[in-house]
Amino acid sequence: MVVTKFMNIQRLNTRFASVLKTVVIFSLAINIGLTASLSQAAVLGAERVDVLYHSYEGGGMKIDGPAILLRKKVTESVAVTAYYYLDTISSASVDVLSTASAYTEERNEGQLGIEYLHDKTIMSFNLRQSDEDDYFAQSLSANVSQDMFGDLTNLSMGFSYGDNEIRRNGDESFEEASEQYRLRAGINQILTRNLTASLSFEAVADDGYLNNPYRTVRYIDNSIPSGVGYQSEIYPETRNSFATKLSASYYLPYRAALFFHYRYFSDSWEIKSNDVELGYRHPIGDSFELELKLRYYQQSEANFYSDLFPYKNAQNYLARDKELSDFDNMTIGIGITYSLPSSLSYGSSRSEASLQWDYIDFNYNNFRDPMAEGGVGNESLYGFSANVIRAFYSLYF
Amino acid sequence: MIKYSVKSTLLLALMSLTGCASLSIEPWVKPYERQNLADPIMSAARHPISNMHVAHVLDGREAARGAESTEGGGCGCN
Repeated sequence: MVVTKFMNIQRLNTRFASVLKTVVIFSLAINIGLTASLSQAAVLGAERVDVLYHSYEGGGMKIDGPAILLRKKVTESVAVTAYYYLDTISSASVDVLSTASAYTEERNEGQLGIEYLHDKTIMSFNLRQSDEDDYFAQSLSANVSQDMFGDLTNLSMGFSYGDNEIRRNGDESFEEASEQYRLRAGINQILTRNLTASLSFEAVADDGYLNNPYRTVRYIDNSIPSGVGYQSEIYPETRNSFATKLSASYYLPYRAALFFHYRYFSDSWEIKSNDVELGYRHPIGDSFELELKLRYYQQSEANFYSDLFPYKNAQNYLARDKELSDFDNMTIGIGITYSLPSSLSYGSSRSEASLQWDYIDFNYNNFRDPMAEGGVGNESLYGFSANVIRAFYSLYF
Repeated sequence: MIKYSVKSTLLLALMSLTGCASLSIEPWVKPYERQNLADPIMSAARHPISNMHVAHVLDGREAARGAESTEGGGCGCN
């Protein structure tokens, strides 16, 4: 059994290498084809380094750590990016406390990317790896974007492939795997001298072990004093989803910017979601920039989700993951960016310091707090709020 | 439904790779009229490292995924 699972993982690694090769060849072919007849030049983004401290605290979880993002031009037409991110997680969330003990762990993520510009085409290629005690993920993505119609329109498309190895701490024999494919396309359009809009689509297909190996569902069991029994979650082995997002940015006459987006999501587990966000960016004097954000998110539950099943093995698939339940959340965010004076920067480089704070309020409509009073199935509905902080320094060189 | 949606994504992707690129259309917003749009305050990617963190936080707490406008590709976690 263990050997079979090991062979599955090996097969995934081989497939990862094979997909990597195919994507590189495909991307090069597209790029050569696209750039054959074009003349006017686009430009690559600015060279910069960003150093970030991030913190998330809410619902019994505390996650924080550093991150760094570097973007450097190798030539006028080639840029490379490198990203490192660390999560230090200390969790005593409601689903952990009801059936297990609090834990701490770390997650390391690294990304390497390359962008190639030719006339009006930008092709990018990105590798990503994420590693924690019980989860190892690798993915690659390739994207192509193309300016056209007098540079009023930008069309883009991209593809990603990822494979994941899932383990369970304390159980050496447990080893599962999953794969993910992503396909995306988008159009960005300049509508007026003050307004741009974009429409993007992304399809995602998962295949393999999609459960969280620690989570359980609860069911009514009158044969034991507590009246409630627990069994492992069972998820389908495939999931297909599709998301559509409409965004717009508007330049206000007094030099400020208004941002809007709406996204609709649906998947083969019958989850549907909507999220809408409004953002506002306003310079204050020559050195400060204020950002405000308001976001609302709402989703329906998966068709195999239940807060409390009527008995053990009540259906083929079982879930009580609150992220698959019916819930909504509201985010209020504020941020400030300060352009540092040249005396505090390096040489002729420009630098900025930013602080952002998001407050998120989660309300679950069919997930009860099992540690609350009221008896099995009649506990109060669960909800929590989280504070998310980002403090970062950006240097443009 | 999802199958049709995937097909429309492919169609749009293919459109971006075909003859559309060679059509010549007179731009109704001239390059010299785009200074407002080029202002850094209009950039949705003004703070890329912050956008990546926001996407990661939401990815682990919401079922929706895709069309985030940031590179990512999943939570990478249990």
